[in-house]
Amino acid sequence: MEYLFRFLAGGIVVSAFAVLGDVLRPKSFAGLFGAAPSVALATLSLALWKEGGAYASIEGRSMILGSFALALYSLAVCQLLMRARWSALAATTTAILLWLVLALGSEHLLMG
Amino acid sequence: MIVRVKWSALKQSRWYEYALRFVLGGLATAMAGAIAAFFGPEAGGLFLAFPAIFGASATLIEKHERERKQKLGLSGDRRGKEAAALDAAGAGLGSIGLAAFGAGVWYLAPTLTFGSLALGSVAWLLVSVFLWQLRRRVRF
Repeated sequence: MEYLFRFLAGGIVVSAFAVLGDVLRPKSFAGLFGAAPSVALATLSLALWKEGGAYASIEGRSMILGSFALALYSLAVCQLLMRARWSALAATTTAILLWLVLALGSEHLLMG
Repeated sequence: MIVRVKWSALKQSRWYEYALRFVLGGLATAMAGAIAAFFGPEAGGLFLAFPAIFGASATLIEKHERERKQKLGLSGDRRGKEAAALDAAGAGLGSIGLAAFGAGVWYLAPTLTFGSLALGSVAWLLVSVFLWQLRRRVRF
């Protein structure tokens, strides 16, 4: 039941930010909403409610590393699209490997 | 360049495209919760910045731009890729704002609890918009 609630809450918040990204122009500005704290708002609200502030604080600290990995992921997607002429689906899917390596690697190096 | 709202863009998307993003967003949130439950909040926190719907959004942008150009008799392939790349560049700047959101929650959640989410969101917006403005002024 808890995971169903997470699913619904996450779906609603992510969709709301995605619609904002759809209607805003120019596209470079709309792109900011591709990195909106949508999953974070749904997840951290539940974490604060169930586990308290200290738990959410630890998640927030790790999220910083995930965010920097997302910045490099976005840069890689941009280059794959513009220089290598890959399709959006191929570029975004392949670059997930980069995100995983960067996020998990930096967490292992900096937090043990 | 002024930021504006183009409501007609909503008509370009079909119902299943909204449904796909809803499902992917929901799955990403459930996955982040499951990872935190099994591996702890350190690992779970990383996945709060996982590019869950990035692929779907970029593919839709590419498709919509290509279709728009094809209606004018052009291939639209290059324009579609450029539009998706612009979106990715914006997301790159937004990611730095997302790090500011994480920092806000890290520092403020133990004392402000839910207030940390509100202040973190403000930090995300301010940092993201500032970087976007800076990027427009300083071409590198």
